[in-house]
This record gives sequence, C-alpha cells and structure tokens, in this order.
Amino acid sequence: MEQAVTPEDAVHVVGHEESLSFWRKYVFSLDHKVIGIQYLFTSLLFLLFGFTLMMIMRWQLAYPMQPIPLIGGLLGQTNAPEGIMAPEFYNQLGAMHGTIMVFLGIVPLAVGAFGNFILPLQIGAPDMAFPKLNMMSYWSYFLGGVTMLSSFFVPGGAANSGWTSYPPLSDIATFGQTMWLLGMVFLITSSLLGSVNFIVTTMQLRARGMTFMRLPFFVWAEFVTSFLLLLAFPPLEAAAVMQLMDRLGGTSFFLPTGLVVTGQPLSVSGGGSPLLWQHLFWFLAHPEVYVLILPAMGIVAEIIANNTRKPLWGYRSMVYAAIFLGFMSFLVWAHHMFMTGMGTVISTFFQTTTMIISIPSVIILTALLISLWGGSIRFPTPMLFALAFLPMFGIGGLTGLPLGLAPTDIHLHDTYYVIGHFHYVVAPGTILALFGGIYYWFPKVTGRKMNDVLGKIHFWGTLICMNLIFMPMFIEGLAGVSRRLYDGGAQYAHAQGVLHWNVVMSMAAWTLSLFQIPFIINFFVSIKKGKKVPENPWEATTLEWAAPSPPPHGNFLKLPDVYRGPYEYSVPGYEKDFTPQNEPQKV
Amino acid sequence: MDFLVSYPLLIVGGYMSSIGAGEIKKRVRIYVIVFVALLALTLVTVTISYLHLGIAAAVIVALLIAATKGSLVASYFMHLISEKKVLYLALIVTAVFLLALVFLPLTAYYDRIGN
Amino acid sequence: MQIPYTVTTRPETGLFNAKLGIWLFLASEVMLFGALFSSYILLRTGAPHWPHGREILNVPLATLNTIILIASSVTMVMSWASLAMKRFDRFRLFMSLTILLGLAFLVIKGFEYGTKFEHGLFPSQSTFLAVYFTLTGLHGLHVIGGIIVNSYHLGLGSKMWKTEPERFANRIEVAGLYWHFVDLVWIFLFPTLYLL
Repeated sequence: MEQAVTPEDAVHVVGHEESLSFWRKYVFSLDHKVIGIQYLFTSLLFLLFGFTLMMIMRWQLAYPMQPIPLIGGLLGQTNAPEGIMAPEFYNQLGAMHGTIMVFLGIVPLAVGAFGNFILPLQIGAPDMAFPKLNMMSYWSYFLGGVTMLSSFFVPGGAANSGWTSYPPLSDIATFGQTMWLLGMVFLITSSLLGSVNFIVTTMQLRARGMTFMRLPFFVWAEFVTSFLLLLAFPPLEAAAVMQLMDRLGGTSFFLPTGLVVTGQPLSVSGGGSPLLWQHLFWFLAHPEVYVLILPAMGIVAEIIANNTRKPLWGYRSMVYAAIFLGFMSFLVWAHHMFMTGMGTVISTFFQTTTMIISIPSVIILTALLISLWGGSIRFPTPMLFALAFLPMFGIGGLTGLPLGLAPTDIHLHDTYYVIGHFHYVVAPGTILALFGGIYYWFPKVTGRKMNDVLGKIHFWGTLICMNLIFMPMFIEGLAGVSRRLYDGGAQYAHAQGVLHWNVVMSMAAWTLSLFQIPFIINFFVSIKKGKKVPENPWEATTLEWAAPSPPPHGNFLKLPDVYRGPYEYSVPGYEKDFTPQNEPQKV
Repeated sequence: MDFLVSYPLLIVGGYMSSIGAGEIKKRVRIYVIVFVALLALTLVTVTISYLHLGIAAAVIVALLIAATKGSLVASYFMHLISEKKVLYLALIVTAVFLLALVFLPLTAYYDRIGN
Repeated sequence: MQIPYTVTTRPETGLFNAKLGIWLFLASEVMLFGALFSSYILLRTGAPHWPHGREILNVPLATLNTIILIASSVTMVMSWASLAMKRFDRFRLFMSLTILLGLAFLVIKGFEYGTKFEHGLFPSQSTFLAVYFTLTGLHGLHVIGGIIVNSYHLGLGSKMWKTEPERFANRIEVAGLYWHFVDLVWIFLFPTLYLL
C-alpha cells in the first residue's frame, strides 16, 4: 500500500519542540506521549482516591457505628458526627467510589494513558490523527474530575444515589447529583473526542505494510473499545440531559404519576418512567464494562507473547472474538434489569444474548491460556501480572453466569455476590493487567526498568489481598446480604452468620493499600535511578520497541515499513528468537 | 445558474483529482433535483397528516417519508453514494444499535398482565 | 513531523482524516438523538393519553422551518461545490445564505418557544412538552453550533483559502457534513413531534 507522505500534502500541525514554552510542552502539549502521561498520573491519583474512599467505608462495614480512627474527626460533623459515619455519607462514598473508579480511574488509565501512549507507536504513526482534539480530550476529563471531586464540598455532599443514579431517588437527591450529571457531560465529551481520534488514527495512520491483520492485539482491543465508547455513551448523555431537565426544569421524564415523597405527593406532571433511565444508563454501562476489560486483554496478550517467546495462539480467532464481543455488548444491557418487573419476554431475550456473549470472552481467555503451551516462559514482573490475570478473569467471568441467567439472578441481584463478580473482573482482572502494562512499558517511556524485587512484592501482596477482599463477597451474597447497606448487614438476621467476613475483607483492604507502597516507591525512584536499558530490553517484536526510549517528538526518526506479523518469535531459520515487525524478509 | 469552470487548473495529489469540472456541474444539477424532491416530500408528509389515518399507519407513512428524505440528504448532499463501502459499515452498525435501543425496551410491553 | 492524510485521501478508505472523523462523530450523534427518540417512543407508548402534535404545536410555522433548513442544506453543499470550482466569491455567497437561513430557523423557533411560554406551556407541564422542548432544544443547540462554525469559516477561517486551498475546501466539506446532519435530524423530528 503506497503511502503518500510528501511535505506538500501532509500538514505540520505540531510545533517544533525546542521552541515551545513550558506550558505548551508539558501542560497543553499536543504530543500523544505527553498527553498519555498526563492521563497516567491523573488516573492513578483518582484510583488512589477512589480506593481511599473504600478504605474508609470498610471501617464502617467491619465495625459499624464505631468512631473512625485517625480521620473520624476530620470528616466533619455532618458526615461523621462524633466520628461515626452517617448513613448519608456512606451513600456518598459508595456512589463516588464507583463513579471515580470506573470513569475517572480505570477507563482513563486503560484507554487514555495506555491507548494514547502506545497505539500510535505500535502502528508506526508519528502521532494521533487529531493532536488538538487529543489535548482537549484530556482537559475535558480533568474538568470532569474536578467537578466530581468538588461535589463533596457542596451542601448535601456528593452524589449519593449509587454510581447508577437511579430515579426517582436521583431526581430528588441533593445538589451533588446535579454536579455528578455535569461532571458526566465533561467526561462523555472527553471520551467522544478520544474515541474518534483512536478510530481515525488506527484506520488512517498505519505505517506502510501494517495491514489490519498484522496489528498487535492491543491495538485491536483499543480499536474495538473506541467503537464501544463512541456509540454507547451518547444515550447516557441523553439520559443525563433528561435527568438535568427533571432536576432543574421540573420535568417528569423519570418521575411516575402519583409519586409520594415522605408523605407528600410530588407536584410534578408525572407520566415519566424510572425504567427509561435504567435502559439508557445500562445501554452505556454494559458496553462500558467491556471497555474496562478489552484493553486489559490487549495488554496481557502483548506481555504473554513476549514472555513465552512464541506467537499468540489463535490470533485471528482472538480478533474476531473481540469484534463479536464488542458487537454483542450492545445487545445485553437489560440483564441488569431482570428484577425490575419488566417482564419475561424481554428478560428471555437478554438472557439469551448474555449467554451468547460469554463465548467470545472464553475464546479470548482460552487462546491466551493455550498460548502458554510449549513456550519458553520467562517470569519478569509484567509476566506475573499477566499470568495472574487469566485465572482471576476466569473467576470473574464464571461468577457472572448465574447473574446473567434470570432465574438465579432472582436470588443474587443486588447482593454482595454481584459486587464480588464485577470486582473480580476489574480489580484482580483489569487492574492487575494495567499494573503489568506499567512495568512492561516503563522502559519505553523512561529508558529505565523498574526494580524487579519490589515488583514481585507488589505483585504477591496485591494478588493475595485482592482475593481475600473479594472471595468472601460471594459467600455473603449467597447468604443474601444486600449491597449498599451502610452497616454491612448488621441489622439482618440472615446476615449474622457471615458478618465476620466483613472484618476479614476490611483487614485485607487495608493491607492491600500497604502493598501499593513498594509500587509507588519503585515507580518514582526508577524514573531517576532505575537500571538504564536499551530501546528493546524485553526483546519484543512490536513497533514501539523500534523507537528510541523515550521516543522523540514524531516517534520514529524515519516512519517504519512493516514486513511481518506482530508476534514473530522463535521463527525457524532466524538467529535471534524474535524478529521485529519492521525487519525485512530474508532474501 | 451557470457554473462553468474558468480555471483549467486542478490540485494534484488525490484530492479533487477524481472530481473534474464536468463532474461538479453534474453534481450541482443533482443537488437542485434533490432539493425539489425534498420540498415535495415535505408537502406530502404535511398533507397526509391531515388525513387522520390510524396511529399505526400514520407512524409508518411518516417515518417512511422521513427515511426517504433522509436518504436523499445522506446520499447526495453528504456524498455517501460516492464514498467507499467501508464508511457504510460504521453507519449500518450504528443503525443496528439504534434499532435495538428503540425497539427492545418496547418488548417489555408484551408482558402486561391484565392490560 | 507531519501527520499523513490530513489533506489527501488514504487509498484504502478513500477518506482524508477529518472526513472519517466527522462521520464517526455523526454516528455518535445518531445515538444521542436516537436515544431521545427512543425515550419519546417509550414514554408515549406507556402514556394513557398523548396529544396529537397539531393540537399543541404550530404546524404551518414548523413546515416553513423545515423548508428553511432544507434550503440551507442546499446552500451549504453549493458553498463547497463553489470551492471545488475555485469560485471563492460564490462560496462566500452561499455560506452567507446558509448562515442566514440557519438564523431564520432559530428566530422562528424562538418565536414558537415564546408563544408557548406566554400560554404557560413549559416543559414541566407534561411529558409531551418535556419531550418537545428537550428534543427541539438540543437540536437548536446543534444549529447554533453549526452557525458558529460556519461563521468562522466565512470570516477569519477563510484566510486559509489563500494559503492551503485544498485543506480549506476539506474543512468546508466536513462542516457541510455536520450541517446536513442537523438538517437530517430535523427531517425526523418534524413529523414525529408535529404530525403524529
């Protein structure tokens, strides 16, 4: 495929790096790598903050109505009178924990940080297709984050109707909910700009010879993810507009006729449907969970291929499975609504599509597992995280099955079982993969490796603690303990037999935070003092390793030509056990 | 309206090399025809609305006319008809998801007990 | 450092970057307005009583508005065709007409809204009105956005015609795609709200 990159027909949109001011170089940069790093630091901070909210919640869950040590006095008399958490504050923490982790933490990290930094490099492009949109995407995210965080300080506190913001409760909730909606508008804008950028970049800026079937699986994952974000977010934006109209304009999009609040009938027109919100919300939120998992699968695929020194097994199947997964993800949303009374006809449809969607997930997981067979496996820190992802995602996925089947969901819906299921996929699933990705690509970003001993301590501590936190949730859920109870179920007779697990989980959560300390130290110290490494320390085949570490503005001194697929490891007839994509064929 | 090109120069390099002067004249003629068609269809749809059809028929007719008008705008004003098929893929997929969003929630009404 | 295919088209796709970008953005807009349409359908299907559009809304005025918007789509595509024929003067004519027609649409809409408010018909009055104001309001915001972009291209932005004419023509094509889409949404909005 001839690529006409001549000076007259290309556009020089990015400034000369040497002559830019500090602000244009580091703050309002147009370079995808700088923007990726901005996303990295911001999202890691939000993840830490969201985790902190949960650690505070876990005190109340383990020791309900006990004054919170150390910080109880700092939370204020409204949030924690006498240092004891108020139920309203618990609700705020819960709603914001979910919102922050999903929208401000994981997606910006998996897509904004990893996608932005790595994707153009892996396809052999000089930058993203729209650098200015890229920058606006980051700052829109930043504004959304600021809006969300500041909601803690308004009268009534932050949003407290769950990350799902179900009406009628959310319609009549405190001002923090309005800020949540405004924050979401910023975040959705950011996401929209980003997804257009990723799709156009992948389709238009691939280097010569980089056909679609030679793309690293990570690029495919981000590509499909971008379509999910592009098409699934707008209905939530529409819903947010309608909820803002309900809250600020007095409309009744989501308020049914005859609603009575604390003994008084609401003086609104009525005629609305709370279920309408749920349809629109879950239309986004289900594809959103595939947004959470796909980039992680992409990262794991890269690390496994590299550390088994052999090609991925079933690359083609994985690609088709990822595309099918993305497509199906739009057709399963109402499996979150089985208990709404919406009916058996509609439930049957969604139960069926949900069973079908498990197939591509299993194909991808199986292909990754089989990829290990017969490999010369190495175990640097990234590989530990990638390997652990496989069984953890397996548990997460399998525990989803009784939730996706309507009859069993009757017992399990809105219990701790659900919390256990989705956390397994996201926490010991996606987050482990993301950590692996940070260790893996750190040398490309900085030119230095992170310390492997600290990495292993971080890995084992995180893996064990995460399992101690989330496995007991299945036990509690099966026993019927509901989610979102501000005292963890202390008042319920049926919960008494399992409540001791709350203490175990809380201890594990606090210990988990301690095990992040080696990671944080490792990360920052290695930036300056890590072992210096050449540009391809892992001896990998994909194009980002052909660029200098860190890559300069424009990435490649000369745009590469691609001659082969992404995982040519241990190819017979070659001296080295890896052949980079840009190495010409032997004559 | 006369839109004869007085300059013989066209930019080389992929852009416009496929769109010559004669092509533009043809396109302009098509734009005018489409405009007239859209006006006509608008008047038709308004007139039909005064016929007091049953709600089901009214909806189907109105949406069919709107879809026709929309296709004309998309195909000719938005040049969709002369684009490569890869673009259609994204739009068809979008249409599928839109139909799912519109029609699947309605299936909840099939289940009404004691309607 | 240069980004390929900002002006020329990539052979496989037949598109330059911004054109693909705007089509993808429009796909997301289809989902946005589609979600509102879906909400309208759901609310109407579940409602015991729903007024016919013409009972509450001004059909003749909206028909005029429909014609105005369709005409603006024609002038928009003509402004791009003028650039293709290197007639910058015609481009200015047609772009100005497009902007004027867009403003006329908004004026009529504003008049419609005004009369509603005068009669105490606010979005909070009924779900019909809530849907009407939200759908047309969001559409109206998109019209405003289009007018702002078009005005920029007519004014300051048109300087690019002298230095990079192909890139400028591409921008007008992309702006045109957006504007046609706004027209397209109204083509569906009008019968749905006013004629059913």
